[in-house]
Amino acid sequence: MTQEIAKLNKYAPGTSWINEKIFMGLSLRSYLKELLTPFNIIAGMILLAGLPLIILRYVSGLGAVTAASDDQPFGLFLGWGLFSGVPMASTGFIMATAVYLFGLKKYKPLVRPAVLTGFIGYFFAVIFLLIDLGQPWRLPNPMFRSFGTGSVLFLVAWHVALYLSVQLLEFSPAIFEWLEARRLQRWAIGLTIGATIFGVILSTLHQSALGALFLLAPGKLHPLWYSPYLPVLFFVSAIFCGLSVIIIEAMVIYRFLPQRVAPENFKVIDNLTLGLGKAAAFTMLTYFCLKFVAVAHGDSWKYLGTSYGSLFLLEVFGFVLFPCFLFLSGVRKQNPALVRLAALITVPGVVLNRLAISLFALNWKLSEREFFNPKEYMVAVTVITIEILAYRWVVNRMPVHRGGPATMAGH
Amino acid sequence: MKISRRNFLKGAVAAGGASLLGEPAKANENFEGYPDAYGCLTDLTRCIGCRSCEEACNKANGLPPPEKPFDDESVLEKKRRTSAGAYTVVNKYPDGKGGTVFRKTQCNHCNEPACASACLVKAYTKTPEGAVVYNPDICLGCRYCMVACPFGVPAYEYHNARSPRIRKCQMCYDRIKQGGVPACVEACPMETLTFGKRSALIKIARERIAKNPERYIDHIYGENEVGGTSWMYISGVPFEQVGLDPDLGRTPYPELTRGFLSAVPLVLVIWPALLGGFYLFSGNRDEEQAKKGSAREENRK
Repeated sequence: MTQEIAKLNKYAPGTSWINEKIFMGLSLRSYLKELLTPFNIIAGMILLAGLPLIILRYVSGLGAVTAASDDQPFGLFLGWGLFSGVPMASTGFIMATAVYLFGLKKYKPLVRPAVLTGFIGYFFAVIFLLIDLGQPWRLPNPMFRSFGTGSVLFLVAWHVALYLSVQLLEFSPAIFEWLEARRLQRWAIGLTIGATIFGVILSTLHQSALGALFLLAPGKLHPLWYSPYLPVLFFVSAIFCGLSVIIIEAMVIYRFLPQRVAPENFKVIDNLTLGLGKAAAFTMLTYFCLKFVAVAHGDSWKYLGTSYGSLFLLEVFGFVLFPCFLFLSGVRKQNPALVRLAALITVPGVVLNRLAISLFALNWKLSEREFFNPKEYMVAVTVITIEILAYRWVVNRMPVHRGGPATMAGH
Repeated sequence: MKISRRNFLKGAVAAGGASLLGEPAKANENFEGYPDAYGCLTDLTRCIGCRSCEEACNKANGLPPPEKPFDDESVLEKKRRTSAGAYTVVNKYPDGKGGTVFRKTQCNHCNEPACASACLVKAYTKTPEGAVVYNPDICLGCRYCMVACPFGVPAYEYHNARSPRIRKCQMCYDRIKQGGVPACVEACPMETLTFGKRSALIKIARERIAKNPERYIDHIYGENEVGGTSWMYISGVPFEQVGLDPDLGRTPYPELTRGFLSAVPLVLVIWPALLGGFYLFSGNRDEEQAKKGSAREENRK
């Protein structure tokens, strides 16, 4: 009790812990006034429209809000929320590996943002799952009740659950710093290396396992996308997707929340962006070659002339090879803007790939298929909006783009 | 549901180890199906499209009444698939000679089912009797089984909010366990459907084809497709004409993910060593140690 009082006394007269930590040092009234921005008003309107639809899903069943059907069992909630969301959230394991395991220290300013992006990405992938699963309250079943050990999905379920916990642990130093819990923070930092290695193992396995899920659909997934290499293709594309997300995330935060970024970071961010671009270009080139090998291995050349072929070529040339060259050219010209543009093209490319595999090119032999239900898109946009708000909430309060106090600067 | 510590540990071990063993539905590579499994042979040359089987199935499984009565033939003008309200449907196809041919669709009860190897909670069981049965009590409703099924059979209760289930033919498991036959088989007036031991059905099918080579295509669909199915078909027209995919191959579906699952333990073993090695090489460690040392010094002061 005395400790708490001591804590309270630290803040300026008339302010409390809540004012300091939650209202960003403002009084309730001025905090609420601050919230009235055009961005927040739009976000609020989206939530007003979307939240009732999420309630509708739990009252009337999945069929009330999705276009998913007996023929097309996976809809946008999985196609976007899980299959696209998880590769976009590969940021955490990539940057933690680069900095802590490979010793690329100069990228340290990007580790916490990357780990936070990863954590929030996985967290909301689970939110999408809770919306999509028929009986989400049974999510503990594969954990505790019945183990489908021969199922790739069993592996995904366990790994996503474990990795979500690992990422919370990896991000916890920032949380403890925010809460000024020094001892806990030191303890959490001590686990960094172990958590990072465990995180890489889990990421390698479940990123590729998401691709392996479709190995069970050889007759249904279009031959241009079906390949025994699906696990490798998913893993490699998750890497350049994550690298691009880090570039975009930094771009947005440095532009719109500069007050939350340590001043010295502005001096290095262009250089770091170029470095990430180089890494992305390299993995994309590898991916492009793998795609080529996959088509050759399946001898699927004959499909390139069809409409599915056009989609495939658009994906591979327009959204892989083209941004890859943009990355390379940006690096050569030392032009970070070009690298950022490349990242902005790369991420939709990976999303297109995941949507093709889980939606558009699945069941390609069926003549009549339906993909679009406006309600489904509205729910997805709503969840994404909450995701962005959650991210901003954390960045505004916790030391994400700022180094901690001097003793913690090393981390 | 009670979660005991023991159960949790079991789960944790299963997850790590899971993948260590990579044990697909029927792990034995040479598994050829249960020897005494039952099955059903559909002879498409006999079917007249009367839909008696649909009606019998509907009654036996207590399914909701259909929109149009079972004797309404207009239903056949549109292609239908199995659904939460119908475990079996009959479709009409042109036979290529100006006539029509009918085919009944239902779960084919694979020897090594894709649905079972897809399921993360083991909601599907291939019983020794041959039926692939589904347990709605542990199902999460993830619908991966529907993606995996090569025949597109499982259907889902999309409009059930509280306890949506997968719905599919169970080969009237309760009836066959008591020595009976599936309701559809009993109802068929044309003896299109023959129920019996799978091994015996293959012999019957061969005999029919041999006796009337002009009447049948020389192939038993389901004998080897996807590793063999309990429900098999013989036909007078090529199988792709009646909506049965001829390109499914003979590989049992659990095989398709076996390679991936067996690579999992490699990653579990090799990655820590490799990454730990990078860490030691990177010189990161020395600095961390030095930092720790100096911090300790500071604390002492």
